Amino acid sequence: MVIKVNGENLNLEKSLNIAELLMAVKAAQPEYVTVQLNGEFVERDDFPKVFVNDGDEIEFLYFMGGGQRD
Amino acid sequence: MIKLANEQLERYSRQIILSQVGGKGQKKILSSKVLIIGTGGLGSPAAMYLAAAGVGHIGLVDYDTVDLSNLQRQIIHQTCDVGRAKIESGRETINALNPDVQVHTYDEQVTAANIRDIIGDLDYDFIIDGTDNFPAKFLINDACVLMRKPFSHAGIIRFQGQTITYVPGESPCYRCVFNEPPPKDAVPTCRQAGVLGVMGGVIGTIQATEALKYILGVGELLTGYLLTYDALTMTFRKIRVPHNRRCKICGEQPTITELVDYEQPTCDFKR
Repeated sequence: MVIKVNGENLNLEKSLNIAELLMAVKAAQPEYVTVQLNGEFVERDDFPKVFVNDGDEIEFLYFMGGGQRD
Repeated sequence: MIKLANEQLERYSRQIILSQVGGKGQKKILSSKVLIIGTGGLGSPAAMYLAAAGVGHIGLVDYDTVDLSNLQRQIIHQTCDVGRAKIESGRETINALNPDVQVHTYDEQVTAANIRDIIGDLDYDFIIDGTDNFPAKFLINDACVLMRKPFSHAGIIRFQGQTITYVPGESPCYRCVFNEPPPKDAVPTCRQAGVLGVMGGVIGTIQATEALKYILGVGELLTGYLLTYDALTMTFRKIRVPHNRRCKICGEQPTITELVDYEQPTCDFKR
């Protein structure tokens, strides 16, 4: 099956849950990543329960600081 | 309403000629008030472009002094400013660029105790978050949501940046996307991870663009969209983000009704 992760196609041999998918793509600091599945937020507690399906679009959104001390 | 002087007609001619601006829009810009929190990598270019465009009142909030290592990206400050207060250096640069602009300075760190007074000081129209730490970013978000003020959030690190615009009543807030600040030092900062100087230029200039579009009431803002930028692949992505009904401040059952300080400045400790 093919899913889209942050706009790029990803081939998966089998369906993974969000927690497994974060590991599979080697997401930096998965404990702080915000996840959207097909445009809707996925609660962190649900990561092990929610499985991705063929054609799903997933966005991993990361914290970004930067700028300057105010 | 104010009448544009001949010198102003000439100074702003390249944007007055735009149908979306015109004399009417230029007058809006000249009477607008924008608060820039943090005069660093993001705040420097934002302040300079807003000053050049003729934003009538620019507020600068910063308690820091200029360090040599700032100059690689914080272009509002010059080599001769090292050691000076950033708000003073920022004021000087803006005044030299455009005498139409009145600069208001706040020599302090935004806190739960003072941010309402700073935003309320001139009843600013639009706020730009140019800070580098998550406690400040969440505080600015929460203050803007509670005070019903539009603002631009942004962050930069390494070769990446992201930005989102909040307009009260219309769009999800920063907290809708990022529930709460990460623990202290959990997420790498520019000081720890580095940043290419131009990242602040690209993203800070987008923040200034959003402020001008909001003031003019033209175009589509980055409301409900997180714009991400990867300079290495030169990829911009506009990711739709929905309202989060569980958002702690603007969700269905908000639990945050007062401002709080998160006590973990995450970046750029002075040695």
